[in-house]
Amino acid sequence: MTSQRLKSGGLIDRNLPIAFMFDGKPYQGFAGDTLASALMANGVGLVGRSFKYHRPRGIMTAGSSEPNALVTVGEDGRTEPNCRATTVELYDGLVARSQNRWPSLGFDVGEVNALLSPFLGAGFYYKTFMWPAALWEKFYEPMIRRAAGLGRASYEPDPDHYEKCWAHCDLLVVGAGPAGLAAAMTAAQAGARVIIADEQSGPGGSLLSDRREIGGAPAPTFAAKISAELASMANVTVLSRTTVFGWYDDRVFGAVERVQKHVSVPAADKPVERLWRIVAKQCVLASGAEERPLVFGGNDRPGVMMADAARTYVNRYGVAAGSRVAVFTNNSSAYCAARDMEANGIDVAAIIDPRAETPDYDGQARVMANARVVGTRGWRGLTGITVQRGGEQETIPVDALLMSGGWNPIVSLACQRGAKPRWSDDHVAFLPPAPSDGMRTAGAAAGIASLGNCVQHGASIAVECLSKIGIAAKPFDAGPAEDEPAFSVTPLWHVAGSTGKAFVDFQNDVHTDDLGLAVREGYGHVEHTKRYTTTGMATDQGKLSNVNAIGILAEVRGTTPGDIGTTTYRPFYTPVSFGALAGAHRGRHFQPVRRSPLHMWAEKHGAEFVEVGHWYRSAWFPRSGETRWRQSVDREVLAVRRNVGICDVSTLGKIEIVGRDAAEFLNRIYCNGVAKLPVGKARYGLMLREDGFIYDDGTLSRLAENRYFMTTTTALAAGVLSHMEFCAQVLWPDLDVRFTSVSDQWAQIAIAGPRSRDLLKQIVDDDISNDAFPFLAAGTINLMGGQLSARLFRISYSGELAYELAVPASYGEAVANALMAIGEPMGVTPYGTEAMGVMRIEKGHVTHAEINGTVVPEDIGMGRMVSVKKPDFIGRRMLNREGLSGADRLKLVGLKPVDPSDDFSTGAHILNPGAAPSMAADQGHVTSTCFSPVLGHHIGLALIKRGPERIGEQVVVWDALKEQDIKAIIADPAFVDPAGERLHA
Amino acid sequence: MRYSAFQIFKNALGGNTGWKPVWREPEPKPKYDVVIAGGGGHGLATAYYLAHEFGVRNICVLEKSYIGSGNVGRNTTIIRSNYLLEGNTPFYELSLKLWEGLEQDFNFNAMVSQRGVVNLVHTDGQRDAARRRGNAMRMHGVDAEYLDAQAVRDMLPFLDYRNARFPIKGGLIQRRGGTVRHDAVAWGFARGADSYGVDIIQNCAMTGVRRDGNRIVGVETSKGFIECGKLALCAAGHSSHVAEMAGLKLPIESHVLQAFVSEGLKPFIDTVVTYGAGHFYISQSDKGGLVFGGDIDGYNSYARRGNLATVEHVMEAGVAMIPALSRIKVLRSWGGIMDMSMDGTPIIDKTPLDNLYVNAGWCYGGFKATPASGWCYAHLIAKDAPHPVATRLRLDRFRRGYLVDERGAGAQPNLH
Amino acid sequence: MASLIQCPHCGARPKEEFSIKGSAEAERPAPDAAEDAWFEYVYQRDNPIGRIEEYWQHTSGCRRWLVVERDSGVHTVYRVLDATAARSSE
Repeated sequence: MTSQRLKSGGLIDRNLPIAFMFDGKPYQGFAGDTLASALMANGVGLVGRSFKYHRPRGIMTAGSSEPNALVTVGEDGRTEPNCRATTVELYDGLVARSQNRWPSLGFDVGEVNALLSPFLGAGFYYKTFMWPAALWEKFYEPMIRRAAGLGRASYEPDPDHYEKCWAHCDLLVVGAGPAGLAAAMTAAQAGARVIIADEQSGPGGSLLSDRREIGGAPAPTFAAKISAELASMANVTVLSRTTVFGWYDDRVFGAVERVQKHVSVPAADKPVERLWRIVAKQCVLASGAEERPLVFGGNDRPGVMMADAARTYVNRYGVAAGSRVAVFTNNSSAYCAARDMEANGIDVAAIIDPRAETPDYDGQARVMANARVVGTRGWRGLTGITVQRGGEQETIPVDALLMSGGWNPIVSLACQRGAKPRWSDDHVAFLPPAPSDGMRTAGAAAGIASLGNCVQHGASIAVECLSKIGIAAKPFDAGPAEDEPAFSVTPLWHVAGSTGKAFVDFQNDVHTDDLGLAVREGYGHVEHTKRYTTTGMATDQGKLSNVNAIGILAEVRGTTPGDIGTTTYRPFYTPVSFGALAGAHRGRHFQPVRRSPLHMWAEKHGAEFVEVGHWYRSAWFPRSGETRWRQSVDREVLAVRRNVGICDVSTLGKIEIVGRDAAEFLNRIYCNGVAKLPVGKARYGLMLREDGFIYDDGTLSRLAENRYFMTTTTALAAGVLSHMEFCAQVLWPDLDVRFTSVSDQWAQIAIAGPRSRDLLKQIVDDDISNDAFPFLAAGTINLMGGQLSARLFRISYSGELAYELAVPASYGEAVANALMAIGEPMGVTPYGTEAMGVMRIEKGHVTHAEINGTVVPEDIGMGRMVSVKKPDFIGRRMLNREGLSGADRLKLVGLKPVDPSDDFSTGAHILNPGAAPSMAADQGHVTSTCFSPVLGHHIGLALIKRGPERIGEQVVVWDALKEQDIKAIIADPAFVDPAGERLHA
Repeated sequence: MRYSAFQIFKNALGGNTGWKPVWREPEPKPKYDVVIAGGGGHGLATAYYLAHEFGVRNICVLEKSYIGSGNVGRNTTIIRSNYLLEGNTPFYELSLKLWEGLEQDFNFNAMVSQRGVVNLVHTDGQRDAARRRGNAMRMHGVDAEYLDAQAVRDMLPFLDYRNARFPIKGGLIQRRGGTVRHDAVAWGFARGADSYGVDIIQNCAMTGVRRDGNRIVGVETSKGFIECGKLALCAAGHSSHVAEMAGLKLPIESHVLQAFVSEGLKPFIDTVVTYGAGHFYISQSDKGGLVFGGDIDGYNSYARRGNLATVEHVMEAGVAMIPALSRIKVLRSWGGIMDMSMDGTPIIDKTPLDNLYVNAGWCYGGFKATPASGWCYAHLIAKDAPHPVATRLRLDRFRRGYLVDERGAGAQPNLH
Repeated sequence: MASLIQCPHCGARPKEEFSIKGSAEAERPAPDAAEDAWFEYVYQRDNPIGRIEEYWQHTSGCRRWLVVERDSGVHTVYRVLDATAARSSE
């Protein structure tokens, strides 16, 4: 390996050597290098292996379109597969590995695929591996999966963090090359708020690879001067290492900034990547142009690279593509590359041009008109090329070939919202679509060729954009740019008669024969060709290959590239990490956490918490000696049933409703009548959806003539509020009614059990005797000698004598502590949601396990609650459909095992005794189960066909997942105190 | 031309010049017994089974773009039959059975890969719902197993068990579920249908329907008028649009659903895994890309592109489920248009018009249904009676109240 | 869908602050209207390609319900009105 680093030149810092590893070997580069330039400088030409044929591949580009030089960078949790070596900035200690090879990059067994290539043409896998069928999953597919894929990802968690932000501006400039910088300067000088983003390590774009002068200075100096000026202006944000990957509706752009991907150890106080959501009033797309490869036999040999990339390597990185190079081009731009090679002392053996008329060239290289490269030599590196001119062939020994097949304006962003690019015969390229919704393209992205013109175009497009938003601007004047010859190009889609595979899509190994085969077989539509051959589906998304494929398809089908058209442009312009798009929403921070005002109280009493939506609710309160959750729950249930317990029910949705028409409004919201609810009373209420099915249940308390307090289930707190707001604002705006969510304002504590009144009256000032405060009483009371005003509701979920006490949230913990302290002599017991669940099942009360969105009131025994008098309520009309009242509907019942020692699970299904399992025989399913410590056996609730008619009937509880059949009896759902005497005690 | 390893061998020796077109490119005839509007997976499957199983062969399939350009070409390739309700389970199980024999049947390797589908469970409520579903499947003889937390951990060790906001408590697995190479499904059915003489007419948009009273006479197209004995609508995503041409209004809204693929990776994840604490499902294709998606964007749309916020939600759920995704890069996103029906379940039925049939409302689950949809629709068209597994997929179930609502979300399509 | 919605009360805000209910094309029928009218209201949708009206709520803002007139084909928002105002002006 000989060094290809030139003695001088380039924008690298030769005083800052950087050590790095590739495939276990140590190398050295300089600050300012990319991994690719450093590898080239060290004479490493073989960098990767192709996807299908495992062909040796080198470095082809100097940017984000690289199809070949894919490596895995980093170790452990920072392992990042499929990094383009051409965009990885070198940092000290960087560790990179080659991919898709075994056992090594130099000797890869997969190379055998190349020999089998006649059998592995496009889509071959659709035609075979079908016999015998069983072998597909056992043999063929595992083999294919092992062979497929590129890099290997790590399963280690990522140690770094990510963040997201919004930004707003008048003008977003995408790309900080000649046109982009001029556009940004134009807008900046006019006082507009500007964001300019570029994917490279700093602004400049192609200026950084250029030797020409502009504004009286070499191009890189010019770029540095303009960028510094932009960076100094308060109204400008310069984002480097930032790829604008997507254009979404309106003028919202997604961009990812690689904040710390270029450092050895990311600083902990900064993200590694930042997602920008940029809202721009106008956008200038100055994303430049991509050079097209030429399609000829052996065009993938390491050493064959894009002419402009070679120019970048020599000018920007001081690295020679080879010691003796040739240029193969159908256009004038590669002559500049040849000139720059020669200026750096690199021997240019020949410029091979298929055109009869070639541009003037004043260098040493032999210009061969009417000539084509028809083959290349070498295996792991280029040793020579075969050139055909007329009837003669000539072999030229070279170690690098610079190719240029013309230029594709980078139009991806401009096309992501459905607009199609337009084919131009003059440019031999697809040009961006017409401006739309504030998006305009400038410079090379718009098909403009010369440096000076690009700068001018960028400035004038910015003026246009700004005029649309009422900002007057003058085009930025960069001063004169060095003259260059006029751009000329003649299409050459592929070199006929060349030897060896002529690749179109390098990474996916799609070659010209594959495209021909696709057309022959009927997959000639550009989308079919893409999907059948996989051209354009590699990690570069066809940046190099798509237009060549279109050109070749056009030739084969005897039409024009414009007629063939492009495939669809979609995000992401270049691949974006999951991490950047997820931001901080990961691990424990995936979703926000809601904690009840009584959370600390519950924690103090040793609660086990359970996730309920965003909430953490106290599930049970284990005491010492209790090793299983059931022990705690049984104890809690018995404490409530026999004595008194307190439970945090603060997570219930709580809505305050006021207004002259509140009663009328609520009467239309619930299916049961609530209009006559007296002040100081609470009532259970059932809400339907407009389609007649139950939406939610809860309680409604009338606090004053025109003031109500509603509770909803925890799950639907937000949904019910929105629903009521819809009804009030849209359906019945004539009603005077207003709502406020007070879920977070009140801590709510259930106090339940035969001794609950005894406990409560010790802190309540008011008379709460059964006469003064009977079942379903509700009202404002005072606590502890008038220290606190609170609300008390005599409602019961457990079926016991019970209350719910609501106090201002910040007093919740103090009141709960007081209840515990005062109740200690009585043995007051905190209980959690599990015990609450057991007691509601014992009582036959429903939750969303039963009211699951397919249930009507009749199904849960509440048919008679539905008002027949009210002229209107939500759900009234659709409830009458035949399917909602059919005899065979599933209805709520209780279920108890015949053998009291049997246990069954929620989710089991019900069969008639002796019936074979089938969907037709299915009688229903178990919706809730628990062990009832009062009854001493398991019980359940179930939805069973015609259930209430079948009480006393024996059925089979069928649980195939547990391989279990249990005999059970259908029972009334109220297992405990069916007459409801305890409630009224 | 029959496909086989031998055929590949023979053609390779002949320089691969002997391969024949997979389908013809015919001009439309003036009249067909059946015109199928829509050359997607379901339309092509319908044509194939009409010809192959029911002997109806004078058929054309009209496709406004290229065949397979709709949702069969842009989905997450998952097949499964893990449904809950009597209206659904037998139908999707028929589909899975057809998938299992499909490639040998139509002689095209669509890479049906039964890698298993796991639905993760994070709460007691989800566990109960999963058990109800699993038992419903078993009632119909469909494979289902409940995995406890340890079994999930053994199978999928790379999920977040360390720092999860919503810890994984178990999962329901259908081992026969898996993935299929989506484009190949369209091509395989098209090739099969073409071999029976079905005319597949691409780049031919239906622009109108000609009616005589309660009968459809034929369709206006961009290639002229075509007379038909029966007209079968099969254009999910655009069902309302084509039905409107026949004067029919449907209980359907069109919504956009995004899906994604990552860069190619060496084997990373073997099964299909669905997150239970957010909208996210993922598998890995045979080519190596992680294929994944989330929820619909939530609003009516006919534009095949989605919103950045939804993209972020999908990635957040992905990283929450598999922390190691963080450094993996997403290559491409795309959007497909879903026929969201009002109860989340499709429609395969006759219509109030004599000879008009409708196949619609596939929500985001149409791909897995492709073979059964084609089979049952072909049965309905050929016999004018619903296939036994599709008797609940009726158009009048909304009016009569016989909804098939797996989620219980009601008449709001974006909640299904 | 547009990325931004112009709330008549709060100004242009990111779409994520809003939640959608669905089509606003049909008005809720009178309580005693024919069964057919109710079926149409609850279940049937025109679902056109082009201009549509939908109910959105500014849930993370003023909590007003809005009628958003927009294009289902190209996602342009044409007009956003407060729903109460929109309904009373019809």
